[in-house]
This record gives sequence, C-alpha cells and structure tokens, in this order.
Amino acid sequence: MRGLTFDVAHLLAGSLVLVSFLQLYQDRLYALLNMFALHAFVLALSVAWQAYVQNAPHLYVTALIALVFKAIVIPVVLHRIIVRLGIHREIEKVVGVGMAMLLGMGLVALSMVVMLRVTAGADPLAREDLAFALAVVLLGLLMMVTRRNAVSQVVGFMSLENGLVLAATGAKGMPLVVEISVAFSILIAFIVIGIFLFRIRERFDTVDLQALDRFRGERR
Amino acid sequence: MTAHFDPVAAVLLIPALSAALLAALPGYRPTATLNVIATFLTFLSAVSLFFGRPQPGPYLLVDDLNNVFIVLTTFVGFTTSVFSASYIGHELETGRLTPTFLRFYHAMYQVLMFAMNLALVANNIGVMWVAIELATLTTVLMVGIYRTHEALEAAWKYFILGSVGIALALFGTILVYMAARPVIGEGLAAMEWTALMTRGGEFDAALLNVAFVFLLLGYGTKVGLAPLHAWLPDAHAEGPTPISAVLSGLLLNVALYALLRFKMLLALNPAALAPGPLMVTMGLISLVFAAFMLYRRRDIKRMFAYSSIEHMGIITFAFGMGGPLANFAGLLHMTMHSLTKSAIFFAVGHIAQVKGTQRIADMGGLTVTNPVLGWGLVLGVVAIAGLPPLGIFMSEFLVVTSTFARAPWLAIVLVLGILVGVAALFLRLNGIAFGEPRGPTAKAKASYVPMFAHLTLVFVAGVYLPPALVAWFQNVAKLLG
Repeated sequence: MRGLTFDVAHLLAGSLVLVSFLQLYQDRLYALLNMFALHAFVLALSVAWQAYVQNAPHLYVTALIALVFKAIVIPVVLHRIIVRLGIHREIEKVVGVGMAMLLGMGLVALSMVVMLRVTAGADPLAREDLAFALAVVLLGLLMMVTRRNAVSQVVGFMSLENGLVLAATGAKGMPLVVEISVAFSILIAFIVIGIFLFRIRERFDTVDLQALDRFRGERR
Repeated sequence: MTAHFDPVAAVLLIPALSAALLAALPGYRPTATLNVIATFLTFLSAVSLFFGRPQPGPYLLVDDLNNVFIVLTTFVGFTTSVFSASYIGHELETGRLTPTFLRFYHAMYQVLMFAMNLALVANNIGVMWVAIELATLTTVLMVGIYRTHEALEAAWKYFILGSVGIALALFGTILVYMAARPVIGEGLAAMEWTALMTRGGEFDAALLNVAFVFLLLGYGTKVGLAPLHAWLPDAHAEGPTPISAVLSGLLLNVALYALLRFKMLLALNPAALAPGPLMVTMGLISLVFAAFMLYRRRDIKRMFAYSSIEHMGIITFAFGMGGPLANFAGLLHMTMHSLTKSAIFFAVGHIAQVKGTQRIADMGGLTVTNPVLGWGLVLGVVAIAGLPPLGIFMSEFLVVTSTFARAPWLAIVLVLGILVGVAALFLRLNGIAFGEPRGPTAKAKASYVPMFAHLTLVFVAGVYLPPALVAWFQNVAKLLG
C-alpha cells in the first residue's frame, strides 16, 4: 500500500509538470485555456489524493476549489473575455518554442537538484512533491516572461499558483488557513485582473501588452 | 469597544470597519474627515501599545520589534490621510477623479492600513503572507486609479512583478513550515513566530537556507531591492501622490519587517547560512544603482522613487551588517526615511498640482512663486540628502562609521553611493526650487501641517533623541542580532 500511495502521488505531481510543459508551447489562446483547465484538474486530483493519503479531510476543500473554480469557472470566464475582445488569434512569444522548451527543461532539472538535495531528511512523498511543485512554479514564471499577451500572462500566473498549492498540500499537516487564503487570493487576483483587462480594453482596444510598451516608464 | 480595551484588536478593527463604512458613504468632505478620524484613532490605539500589550496569541503578537513598526505605520498613515484630504479635494475639482472613484479610494486606503497592520502584528507566517499580499493588491488598484495609459501600465507591471514576488515568498513560507514540522509538530504551532523563535536552532539548516533565498527574493521584490525594483518607480509616479507617500514610507518597511523576522530565525541556527552578506550585497547594489539612476530622471515623482530605492538599500545594508550599532542605525534610518520621504511626497503632490505636470523641466523658481511649498521641498531634500543637523545625517553617519570599523572596503562603496545620490538630488533641486519661475504659479490650496510636522520631527531627532527612544531602539537592535 505504501508503494502504491507514493506511486500515485508521484504520477499526479509529475503529470502536473508535464501539463505545464504542454502550456508552454500552445500558441493559441483557446488551446492555452484548455490546457490550463487540464492543469487545474490534475492539481485537484493530486490534492484529493494527498487528502486521502494524509487522512486530512480539509484538503478535499482545497481540491474542490481547484476543481470548480480553477478548472471550470476561470477558463469559461476567460474564454468569454477572449471571444468578446476578439483576440483568439496567435499569441506573440518572446522566444521560440524550442528555446522555451529547453529553458523549461533546465528549470525542471534545477528544481530537482535543489529540492532533492536540501530535503534529504524529509519523507519521500513530501520531497517529490516539493521538487515537482518548484518545477511547476518556475515553469509558470517562464511562461509569464515569454508571453506578451495579457491573458496568457495571467494563465502563467495561475499555473504558478497551482504549483504553490501543490507545495502547500505536500507539506504534511499545514494548517487550512493557508490553503483557503491561497484560494481567496487567487479569487481576488482574478477580480483585479478582470478589472484591468476591461480597463485596458476600454482605453486601447487591445490586450496585447506590446501595445502598452510604447510607454517605457520615463515621460518623454 | 467594551470596557476591556484591546489595542491590538483596535489597530485591526478600526481600519476594517471604516473601510466598510467609507465604501458605503457618498460625498467628499464627510468621507475625507472620517478617513482622517479613523487613521487618528488607529494611531492612538497603536501608541497605547507602548503602555500595555496583550499576551501573544496564536495569530497575533506584539513585541518590542513590531511595536516600533506599528506606531510608525499608523502615524504616517494618519498624517498622509490629512494630506490626502486636501490633495484629493483638488483632484476632484480638476476632474481627474470622479466621486465614485473617491469612495473606492477611501475604502482602499483603509483596507491598505488594515493589511499593513495585520502584517505587522501577525504571529503566523501564513497570516503575515496573506496580509502582505492584500496590501499589494490594494496598492495595485490604487496605482491604476487614474486610468490613464501610463497608470494602467504601471499598475499592470506592479501587479505582475508583485505577484511573482509574493508567490516566491509563499514558497519560502511553505519551506519554513517544512523545516519546523519535524521539530514542533504538525499544525498551527509550526507557523507561529513565538514557537519558531524558541525552537529555531533545531530546524534543518539546508531547508532554511533555501527558504531564505526564496523569502529574500519574494519580500525583497516588495522592498524594492535592486534587481527586482522595476515596478517601484512606475507605481510611485503614476498613482495618486498620497499612495506614493504610503508606498515609500510604509509598505516598503512592512516587507522589510517580514524579511527581518526571517533573518532572526536563521540567526538562531548556527548551521544555516548567514543572511547578512546576502542582504549587504543586495543593499549595496540597490544603493549604487539607484544613485546613478537619479541623474537621468525627468519626472519628479520618479526621481524620489529612485531615492526610496537608494535608502531602502542603505537600510537593508545596515541590517545585513548586523550588530547592535548597525541595527540601531538601520532602525533609526528607517524611521527617518519614512518621515522625510512622505514629507517630500506631500510637497511634491501639491507642487505637481500647482504646475499641472510632473515634468521637472516644466518647474522652476518655486521658492519665489510658492515660497512655503518651495522651501518645504528644499528642506525635505536637504533632510533626505543627509545633511546635518537633520535626523538622516545622524543615522547615515552611524551606518557609515559602524561599517568603517568592520569592513572599510564596503564603507567606501557605501559612501560613494550616498555622495553620488546626493549630488544628483541637489542638481535637480536647483532647477526646481531656484532660478527662473516656469509653469503656472497659482497659489496651492494645500495643507502644510503634515509636511512640516514630519520635517520638525526629523529635525528634532537630528538634534536630540529622547533617551527612552534610544533605549528602546537599542533593545530592538539587540533582538535583531
């Protein structure tokens, strides 16, 4: 049984990293949103498995939030925004797909090296989870810096938060305070983003951040 | 409040309740007044903490260290609300803000005060993190409030960089919990400062090291340390000026406070890496970088934003050096910088309103056309530049001398950075305050009280520090290790 619990947790956390990679090379917004929904779904599974393994029922709440809010509500809403703004075309990227994938692999290797070394004393389940979580966080960061489009930056940020939830659930017995707060902060963050997207739309008829780049900070 | 008065609860509840109230109330005069009253009451409750404080609970904690921060935060929050009342009145007249946004603005101001106070009194590293995130989100909304092209981009940039920083800080927080769990056990206790500080020596050093790197990067973004500072000048320049004052004077301090707590935790563990050198390096880089960046500023608020980066660099450097003297100097410098920088922003806010622009090139001869504002700004810059006999001179002098005694090479870099920054500030000040009057010269409907109150405090601190304050700071400096 011990072997099985570990294997399933490992599989789910590993899939999360895999889906992060899938997000990294999507070049259409619709596809990207679908991938994000999948990401949140895998996260929900992984958290639910942790809840079962650790016998921590409050974690099911976190899993449910991930499932309902992040895998269903947010993708649907973002989908609508995209339709309304008419921006479902290709996403402009700063670096090419190949380069992004190479960078991503480097980041995953980095997180494995760092986390596995420092957590030598912790139990193997938490170790693996933490290493994968860091990989997801770093891949989310990478996505944020390699995309110019506001919506895909937001998606990058949310997948980064997914990595944090994975880490928080992997840390055994971490109080509920944190999980709920993470969920809440995502909610708040999302409202903020929503307001911004609409404001940007109002002003400039675009959500491409490059259009905002004319302003480099200093007044001319 | 019942007969049993709990100052900690008051510090949190007053802003929270007034936020709800201000969100519902219309009208400019009554809400601005209410805002001032609420911040004043919060300040009074904070001061009462000096005379009696509750026992630390599972979520809230007040000790010698954060007491200083709380009083400073609520004080500057109060004076800024006074300044904000006259500033916002002008913005309403010129139509830059509409009444709906005004309601939103006042509610957000109180939410921000609540979030900062919560971050300071939190006994739980998770709650602290949530509070700092809340403060970040509120300020993001406030920075974007003018809804101009520039304001939106500044807010977006701040939001993205701020969230990345906050995310890294959460990862660090989780790692600290992981380190504490085997020693303290599962559950809330492993996230409590009081428990962490008593058992910190037994934690796994390797895990703490990685945690601190994440925390330094995460909260360091909020402090505005150099490689991570990119959001700071934009956010300062494009938001309403009261928010620039609160950002520079308070929010940066709150993030630094979080960092200091974690530094104290690492210091308990002899096997963990020394956080000092990391902080010294980042502080020095920020200082030197910001000092050189000061030269090419064309926007007055951006210029003082860079000056904030510079001073946060000095403060981080001082705390990184550690030891009773450097810590004392760091605390003093932090207090003086908060007071001075917010006073400068009070002046700058009214100046920008008089001139109708923030471009330095369109300002001139202020001491002739608007003598009170002009001389106020001159005084503020003289203070921030660290000329005697003002307070910053003393704190900078302490930082420099304590460094010379221990690491002369670092001190040379430090002095060089400070001098480069001072020269840049005076170069610009010369054009703004003296010379040919340029731009509109209408009289400002300004409230000068907050500005001169701060400057007077800075002046008094430079001449005479009350022994009680010195003793208090020395005690805190010892705590900081």
